[in-house]
Amino acid sequence: MENKKPNFLQSLILENPVFVLYLGICSILGVSTSLDNALGMSLLVFVVLLFSNIIVSLLRKITPNEIRIPVYIVIIATLVSVAEMFIKAYATSLYTSMGAFISLVVVNCIILGRAEACASKNNVLTSIKDACVMGAGYAVAIFSLSAIRQFLAEGGLSLSNPLNLATIFKFTVLPEEFAIGLFSKPVGAFITFGILAAVFAAYKQGYEAKQAAAAKKAKEAK
Amino acid sequence: MGELLTLFLSTVLINNIILSQFLGMCPFMGVSKNRSSALGMGFAVLFVIVGSSIITYFLYHGVLVTFGLEYLQLITFILVIACFVQFTELFLKKFSPSLYKSLGIFLPLITTNCAVLAVALENITKKYTIVETLVNSVGVSVGFMLVLYIFSTIRERLDMNTKTPKAFLGNPLALITAGLMALAFGGLAGLI
Repeated sequence: MENKKPNFLQSLILENPVFVLYLGICSILGVSTSLDNALGMSLLVFVVLLFSNIIVSLLRKITPNEIRIPVYIVIIATLVSVAEMFIKAYATSLYTSMGAFISLVVVNCIILGRAEACASKNNVLTSIKDACVMGAGYAVAIFSLSAIRQFLAEGGLSLSNPLNLATIFKFTVLPEEFAIGLFSKPVGAFITFGILAAVFAAYKQGYEAKQAAAAKKAKEAK
Repeated sequence: MGELLTLFLSTVLINNIILSQFLGMCPFMGVSKNRSSALGMGFAVLFVIVGSSIITYFLYHGVLVTFGLEYLQLITFILVIACFVQFTELFLKKFSPSLYKSLGIFLPLITTNCAVLAVALENITKKYTIVETLVNSVGVSVGFMLVLYIFSTIRERLDMNTKTPKAFLGNPLALITAGLMALAFGGLAGLI
């Protein structure tokens, strides 16, 4: 029996760009204080990643190999500039709460990494698919981190539409005196991230052990 | 003078680029495994941050503002930084091949070190003068070096510990350690 390939959900955990490969963690740690920011950031990263993968993939045959990295950086910087203007015009509250991290998407390792590792070698369709998987992995990471941090720091969760500030949902579970303000501070970000990364690592180790056991059993059965 | 000192101290200790602004995490996790490469990385980043801050300052005020091209700042800045990193790489390769080897992939990756771009952008958005730009960029890099060095000394000890649970080995435990360091540095906030 062949080793089963991990399905989509499993690959989100096993190949998570953030918790397993440790890419693009600056922005994750920086903006993961609320679900609003998580939504904004993951949309922004997904859009930029998608378009940069498409453009890099379309230009892959005419990009000279020696200067490919500067070319990718210019493509990404252009996309981020456009996205930044959009956010500034349509979602001002998001623009102020994410601050410098919007411009810093330019140097997000996930986007440059995928341009180099995937889009520069594959056709457009594969690149789009790759952008979706990586974007989803990023979203999983930032949403889980923000949810935990916001829950512990404010005692509940809330999400509002970034365009018109209408509340989508909002609830509080913990009474105010039990909220741990520390989790909205940098300390909370580092510790929550470390623990989540350990959880992901534990899942990965378990999965690999299971795969190895299955492979051994299949060998013995032969 | 006093204001400049305050600016310097606050960028080094209180608004530390790694522990309170989460910038430059990649080299922070990547090259903090031993002390000598941490120091080397610190100096390389110091050189790149100060150099690129000065160049971007003059470029922004001299060229972009004069021609009304402020919206191109992101693209110009990242190109300046990329060229500067390339230059540093050539320089190190010639004058310190051993350091060049030990930094490995993390040297070209200074380009995508968010700290460098963030400082260049911050100097512009906060409307710093050239002197403040210099003080801010030196302060940020000294803060980076300080934290990277302290962290690498902790990590050398950490890796010797054999009782760590398997899932926490390596980066997860390092991140939690960084969190405790951030807590300690938070105590310095009352300094100014």
